Amino acid sequence: MGYSQRLDGRKLDELRPIEAKAGVIKNADGSAFFRIGKTSAYAAVYGPRELYPKFMQDPSKGILRCNYSMMPFSGIGERVRPGPNRRAREISLVTEKALAPVVELGEFPNAVIDVFIELPQTDAGSRCAGICAASMALADAGIPMKDLVAAVSVGKVHDKILVDLDYNEEAYEDGPVADIPIALVPSTQEISLLQMDGEISKEELMQALELGRTVIPQIIEIQKKALKEKYAIKDDQ
Amino acid sequence: MQNTTIKQHLMKAFQQNMRLDGRGLEEFRKIEVELDISKTAEGSARVKIGDTEVLAGVKMIISNPFPDTPEDGAIMINAEFLPMASARFESGPPGIESIELARIVDRGLRESKAIDVKKLCIKKGEKVWAVSVDIITMNDDGNLLDAAALATILAVKHTRYPSFDGIEVDYKELTDTPLEITKIPITVTVCKTGSYIFVDPVSEEESNIDARLTVTTMQDGNICALQKGGSMPLSLKDISTMVDLAAKKAEELRELVK
Repeated sequence: MGYSQRLDGRKLDELRPIEAKAGVIKNADGSAFFRIGKTSAYAAVYGPRELYPKFMQDPSKGILRCNYSMMPFSGIGERVRPGPNRRAREISLVTEKALAPVVELGEFPNAVIDVFIELPQTDAGSRCAGICAASMALADAGIPMKDLVAAVSVGKVHDKILVDLDYNEEAYEDGPVADIPIALVPSTQEISLLQMDGEISKEELMQALELGRTVIPQIIEIQKKALKEKYAIKDDQ
Repeated sequence: MQNTTIKQHLMKAFQQNMRLDGRGLEEFRKIEVELDISKTAEGSARVKIGDTEVLAGVKMIISNPFPDTPEDGAIMINAEFLPMASARFESGPPGIESIELARIVDRGLRESKAIDVKKLCIKKGEKVWAVSVDIITMNDDGNLLDAAALATILAVKHTRYPSFDGIEVDYKELTDTPLEITKIPITVTVCKTGSYIFVDPVSEEESNIDARLTVTTMQDGNICALQKGGSMPLSLKDISTMVDLAAKKAEELRELVK
């Protein structure tokens, strides 16, 4: 007896349904909405703009500043207290590191690019959804980028290697679970986000990462399509 | 920031009974509402008024009653002005604007007695439900107040209790039992610039307001909460006109909460 059938009936390499939209927050310089299953993320980009206090400025390049935040009613379970907690601050940090490799920060000395990520509902995979939305929002803001970044969790439930764990799978109790959020830079095939908790062998880890690499291009296609849709010339105009 | 040139420009338009976007003085922008925008909330709604967008989500929480009201449940309203929504908003603890907004929405809901707090009692003196509403601004183009109040009543009206076995709440299982709402309070903010009275300001209009009066009314036309804002005082005649206008506009908004 292993994990023969996923709890929600998906195939092992099947992502939850994805919805993506660019340009959802008018005041922002760029913005996007990204939903995977019941996890939704908004991202808004403000900048490049001057960074204060001045001593934080870097004359050699711009600074990418991400802020991940769960809305108080977005947790499975109790209300989440608003404002930054240790978890949110760490996710903000790894989100910056996941996105920075593709953003041409050298073009914006002394400036900051602020990325605000907000989640109205979550069902696991929220940092990955946030990164997907943020990457689109940066592109929507017209920030020069080498590539888009997409992220998803891969991992292991009981005896199976699979993608995009939902909350029920993360909480699976009849066998070991490993949850590995990753972000991929498609053009170089490099991983810019890698975290894990749970238990997994090295062979299985490599297998999971390989699976992630084959699935992430599907997300990139959806992101690109949404960005193109925003700038498409509509027939009725 | 008040800007004399923009203000003069606005007043000139008002003189011809017009707004910068072509609306009349007593006309709202297009309002869109959407329910159940968050599966993790027990009730939620999105309200768009023009380019202003606000979300509201309800969490039902088990809590201890206050010692002086052992049978009463609690209502808590919090507002987050996200830096996402405007370059004007900064990260950090709630600013005075978001505190005022949350308190105005709170008073409208509480004083209308739309929620019977006695019905939130689980065990007298020990356990009661608390209705916790979080208001989130997504995009600010003026009149966050009316949008927030409308999103709040919509979210509350469509709230269902989570499963509760007497000890623990199972938030993954919503019951079919709705949070009972007996009245629909509707909040409308009426603005005054110079001698002109108007509703639903966009950001540019809002930053050039001399005074505003936020009026929450109920179905029968009675008023359940008021808040005067802005730096200029109001005459009794102004107040009368503004309350009448608020009540009239509330009739229109009430249609959206059917």
